[in-house]
This record gives sequence, C-alpha cells and structure tokens, in this order.
Amino acid sequence: MTLASLQRGRKYVIDDVNAADPDVQRLMVLGLVEGAEVELASAAIGGDPLEFRMFGNAISLRREQAQHFAVSPAEQGE
Amino acid sequence: MSKESVTRIAAGQIPVRRRSSARIAVVGNPNSGKSTLFNRLTGMRQKTGNYPGVTVEKNVGVARIGNTEIGLIDLPGMYALSTHSLEERIAADVILGRLSDAERPVGILAVIDATHLYQGLYLVQQLLELDLPVMVALSMTDAAMAKGIRIDADALQRRLGGIAVCPIVATTGQGLDALRTALQALAESPRPSLPNFWDELSAASESLAGELPATVPRFEVERALIDVGSDLAGDIAALLGPNGHTRLTEIRAQLFGSEPPLAREARHRYSWVREVMDDVQTAVPTVSSVGSRFAHFLNQPVPGTIGLFVVMAVVFQAVFAWATPLMDVIDNSTTLMSGFIANNLPAGALSSFITDGVIAGVGSVIVFLPQILILFLFIIVLEDSGYLARAAYLMDRTMRSVGLSGQSIIPMISSFACAVPGIMATRVIPNRRDRIATILAAPFMTCSARLPVYALLIAAFVPNEKVGILNLQGVVLFGLYMLGIVAGLMTALLLRKTALQGPKPTFALMLPEFRRPNFQTVMVQLLGRAKIFLRRAGTVIFAVAVVVWALAYFPRSAEIQANLSQQQSMAANRLSGDELEIAFVQFENDAAALQLEQSFLGRAGKVIEPVFRPLGWDWKISSAVIASFPAREVVVAVLGTVYAVGDEADEATLSERLKLARHADGSPVFTLPMVIGLLIFYACCLQCAATIVVIKRETNSWRWPIFAWVYMTGLGYFGALLAYQWGQTL
Repeated sequence: MTLASLQRGRKYVIDDVNAADPDVQRLMVLGLVEGAEVELASAAIGGDPLEFRMFGNAISLRREQAQHFAVSPAEQGE
Repeated sequence: MSKESVTRIAAGQIPVRRRSSARIAVVGNPNSGKSTLFNRLTGMRQKTGNYPGVTVEKNVGVARIGNTEIGLIDLPGMYALSTHSLEERIAADVILGRLSDAERPVGILAVIDATHLYQGLYLVQQLLELDLPVMVALSMTDAAMAKGIRIDADALQRRLGGIAVCPIVATTGQGLDALRTALQALAESPRPSLPNFWDELSAASESLAGELPATVPRFEVERALIDVGSDLAGDIAALLGPNGHTRLTEIRAQLFGSEPPLAREARHRYSWVREVMDDVQTAVPTVSSVGSRFAHFLNQPVPGTIGLFVVMAVVFQAVFAWATPLMDVIDNSTTLMSGFIANNLPAGALSSFITDGVIAGVGSVIVFLPQILILFLFIIVLEDSGYLARAAYLMDRTMRSVGLSGQSIIPMISSFACAVPGIMATRVIPNRRDRIATILAAPFMTCSARLPVYALLIAAFVPNEKVGILNLQGVVLFGLYMLGIVAGLMTALLLRKTALQGPKPTFALMLPEFRRPNFQTVMVQLLGRAKIFLRRAGTVIFAVAVVVWALAYFPRSAEIQANLSQQQSMAANRLSGDELEIAFVQFENDAAALQLEQSFLGRAGKVIEPVFRPLGWDWKISSAVIASFPAREVVVAVLGTVYAVGDEADEATLSERLKLARHADGSPVFTLPMVIGLLIFYACCLQCAATIVVIKRETNSWRWPIFAWVYMTGLGYFGALLAYQWGQTL
C-alpha cells in the first residue's frame, strides 16, 4: 500500500520511496524517507490533497505524489 | 567576533564598520520562531533592506550583550542547504559566503523548534559540516512541554559534538540570558574541527579537494557532489578543468550508484536524525491541546473551506470599510494643505505645482497607506498564525483546474491590496513556470488603486436601485471583482496551455500549527512594510504625478489668461456677493479647461483620440487614461482637472460633470455601454509602473512585463470595444 491509501487514526512506516522524480527528492529532504512514521490527519474537499503528520510536523501533498511512497502499518504500542 | 569590529561612535551607538554588523547568521526552518528570537535579541536595533539584485528582504540587527555588540543577520527560513526557492537559495548563499555583498558570517545560531526536532536536526547536521562554529537555540520548549515532549538538552549537546544548546521560550524571554552568553562565546570561538557524519562523502570530497585551489573548502565540494546541476557544482566542475563535469559524475556514480544523490543525502541524514531523536526525546507528540483541537476541526474539509471564506470576507470588510475613516482624515488634511497653499501663494505655476503636483501627488500615495497597512496586518497575522498555508491546502484542488497549485493562492490574496507585494509573495512557488503564470495572473486581482476608479464611475452611472435583495451598484462592483479573478485565472490557464507548458505542478507544503501571532513580530514586519511602501511607491507615483502635472500645465496660453481677466472684471461690474464668487469659479474652471486643451497633455489626447473613438471616448477621457498608465488611480485626479473642477472639488461634483459631458454632436459621452467598457478597461489594463518594475525584477527579464502590458492592455481595449459596440446596438 502507499501513502495515498492510509486509514485515519492508524500509524504507518514508510518502507520504500520511488526517488527518481526530483519533486519526490524534495519531499525526502522534508523528511519523507524510509523509516519515517506517518499518519493521515485530514483531506481537503474532494479527498485531495492530503495532510499527513510525521514526527509532529504536518505536511500536505497530493494523492498523485503520495503514491511514490510505499508504507506498511506500524507495530502498535510504540 | 573581534573587538575592532565593535568600535562604536558615541552618538547612536552604531557600529562604525557596517559590514561587520552582520556577522552571526540566524538560521532555521520556517516557523521555527527564528524571527521572534531575532527580534528579542536585537529589539529595535535592526534594519530591513534587500539583497542585491533580488527583492528578498534582508534583516540585520545588533544584539547588545554586556559591553559587546554582536551583529546578527536573520536569514529567510529554510529546510536544507540544497534549496529550491529563491529565499532558501539566498539563505544558503549567505551561509556559504557566495553573496559578494554579505561577508561570510563568523558563526551560526541555528534555531530548532522543540516540537519539530525532525526537520530542524536535518538542517543542523548540514550546518555542522560547514567550517563555522554553530550553536543551537531550542525554541518553543513551553509548547513542547505542553505536548508532552521532554528534550534532554545535555544529551542533544553530546550528540551534536558538544556545541552549545540553549533551551528558550522566545515569547517570554526564558533562557535568553544563557543564550546571550553562549552567543558571545560563539562570536569569539575559532573554527571548529569538522565532524564526520558521512565518512564516504567526506573522504571523496577531501581527495577531490586536493585537486582544487586551497581556497575551496570541503563542504563546497560535498554540496557540489550532492546538488547535481547547481551553480556550485558548475563552479567546482570548471575549477577541475575541461573534464570537470565527467569527474563529478564518475565520483557520484562511485558514491551513490544509481541512487539520486539528494535522495541518498536525505536517507543518510534522516536515519541519524531519528537516532538522535530516540536518544534525546522522551515522549511522542500527542494531539490534545485546544489549539490543535481547533486546528483539527478546521482541517475537516467542509468547516475548513467555510472558515476560509469567512476569513476572506472579514479581510475585505476590514480593508474597504475600516480604512475609510483613516483615508478620509488623510484626504481632508491634504485638501486643507493645498487650500492653505493656494490661499497664501500667488496663483501661478508655483502654487499649481505645489498643490496639484506635489501635495496631490504625495497625497494620492499616502491615502492608500491605511488600506495597505490593514491588509498587510491581516496578511501578516494570517501568515504568522499559520493560516495562509492552510488556505493554500484547502484551495489546491480549485487552483489545479487552471493548471496552478494551492501555493498560488497566497500571492493572489495579497494582490487584492496591491499586486506588488502579491508578486513578491510568489517566491514560495518553487517551479518557475507556475511562478510566472501566477505573476501574470496577480495583476488582474482588483487592487486598492482600482477601487477609486470603480467607485467614481459606479456611483455616477449605475442606477442606485434594488435587484431582488441586492443593490445594483454593489452587484456591479462584485462583478468587477469576479471579472478580475476570472480573467486572472483564465490567463494562468492559457499560459499553462501555451507558453508555459510543462508538467502539472506538484503541491507539497508544510502546514504550520495554529498559534497566536507574536505582537512584536507583527509590528516589526508591519512597520518595515510601511517604510518600504512609502519609500518605493512614494517615489514612483510622486514622480509620475509631477510629470503629469507638468504635461497638463504647460505650455500656458497668455491669451486664455487675458480672456479670463477680462471676463472676471466684466462680471465684477455686474454681480456681487455669492453670485460673483460662483461666476468667478465658473470662469476659472472654464479657463483651466481651455488651458488644458492646448497643453501638451491635451494635444496628445487629441492625437490619441481616434484610437479610442471606437470605445466611445472623447479626447478628455483618452488623455486621462493615457496619463493614468503609470498609476491607474491618477485617472480620477486627471478627470477632475479635465472636467474643470479642479483638485479640491469632491467626487460628487466630478460625477455631475461627467453626466453632463457631451460629444460635439450633443450626445452624452458617458452612456452606460461606454461606462461599462471603461470599467472593463480598468479591470484588465496593466496601468501600474510599480507592478511592471516588480515583474521585471522577479522574472529577471523584460520579456514578461512587456508581454503582460501588451496582453492586458489589449484585453482591456477589446473588452471595452465589445461592451460599447454591442451596447450601441441594443
């Protein structure tokens, strides 16, 4: 699954980033890299763009860009 | 910093050597509390300017610590040294010593928001690799505590190689004394030994540095290896000789394989950041405060979008209604002043120059100050509270339909006051094509200078009647605002489909948390804005007003003056009291109109008249429109003079005169189709020298301002032509 299909209220960890696109590299500089813990905070009207929380930071991106980030659910109790 | 650089002169205590006053760079992520700390440390001992060649604001100040003074330079917020926006690039250039004007700082005060360690530490690790002493101010420790985050400053200090780490609360001043002491020590400390966060990169850079002049530091080689295609990479490649680029590419391949260097850098540094965070931070952020619950509510799609429209409605209400009393005060005092001058100076060129040229010129600038300041106050508060970023987030989808992204919303909102700051606000847009499309859409937004023109024409020619529950005049004004928005968005769409074709813009934005804006920060910014506005726009519009006055005043016809004296002495024999006074004013106004008709402006108007005849304009409107090309609001004053009312007369009298204006064949000049056309012309036309200049500066070429001028003027002309000709057939 990717960052574009998270469920609200659950935590996920980024497993793999498709880094070929320079815009994706920019997002990696902002902290969206493998190992980062993310959750879905909100969506704008129409379900796009999305807002994510990552270590206390809020970042918004479009679904299209979110698809470059593969995630898996974080182990609970962390 | 050494002692010679803080030599003082007795009066004012300003450091003698200006350059040395900007020695320690204050660096941090956007919204890290960096500027609040800067204002705390320097108080009012700061000045705002611009970096050479660009309109990025440069804030320098002096922190007084005991007997010493330390120069501080507040850099634009940045996330990393590899940068995408103009402001980030400037910040990086100052730190790396690549700006010729600013001497390289001797040390760095890095500000990290304690609630956002993650991105803050990334930047700090990059800063530690430059050969400059660095210290850390850990800001917003109160907010972190409220969120249940405890940060062990000692542990952080150990992880950062022993540099000073000062926990502070900038808003209350807690921890600032310790920070000042550390800052003083930093200014005097020698270059640090370079840490090794990234062995392979450091080793490769060091061996490559052996082939380069000794003046090239290791960190420049490192950045050149990571930032493919940057200016720095180009410089280093050139220094390496004809095969420089190939060499760099080879080394990159050895180091990173097929992985993009920037991606490797991010992965490498963030794994260190997470390690440090695990080590120094004892709890995970939780969403619980009132602020974050409010934010959570406003983040929901529907309340958020409704909230955005409510906020915008309040801003417009404030700008257009609250500013009026202040504007009236300024208007009345300039009128009083010109009245005073006119009564105390003999009539003639000098009196006219001072009243119609200087006072009317300066007054027409200052009268917009309340509006601009109120709008800026709102924009600064919205920005400082973190709301504008949220507006960009909520509007992204709408903007996408015209080929832009949510990031274009902020400049467009600013442009409702004035396109100049609006265009400057496009710097947050990283992609050049998106940025230029936004720059060309921004001048269509109804700015405060269009408002007097609209107000005059609507009040005079649109019937004050109800349409359902709405007032027709209000509907027309709203329609003009919508026309500006639609024309701007359509322009952006057209450009994105033609000259500025390119991949769909992406949208990635950090959303700062809502917080109460800091009073001092807001005031410092607002005062800075007021100064810039008065100085810049003041000089441009002032010069224009003087030139227009001269063109409208010269040459003087002695014959008309002689006629006037004759008429007046005849009237003096026939009439007395009020009647005489009215007759005198009447004669003077008529003489002024005749003088104007044979002035340079009047002659030019007659030459240009055929061009505008298809729009239903006579020479007077044509010349007023021509005169208002440098600043559109000038048209109201010029129309006033043209219609022989003089500058002191209020707009109601002018509108009466406009209603009475007749063509040579006796038909009224101001018919409804013609007025609608004129309004469309003003809605579209780029009649603003300041905007043209700022487009040139921001796009770095004359191509775009010339295109914008031709395109917008053409659109205005054909819009007016269509409205008039179609209206004639009805």
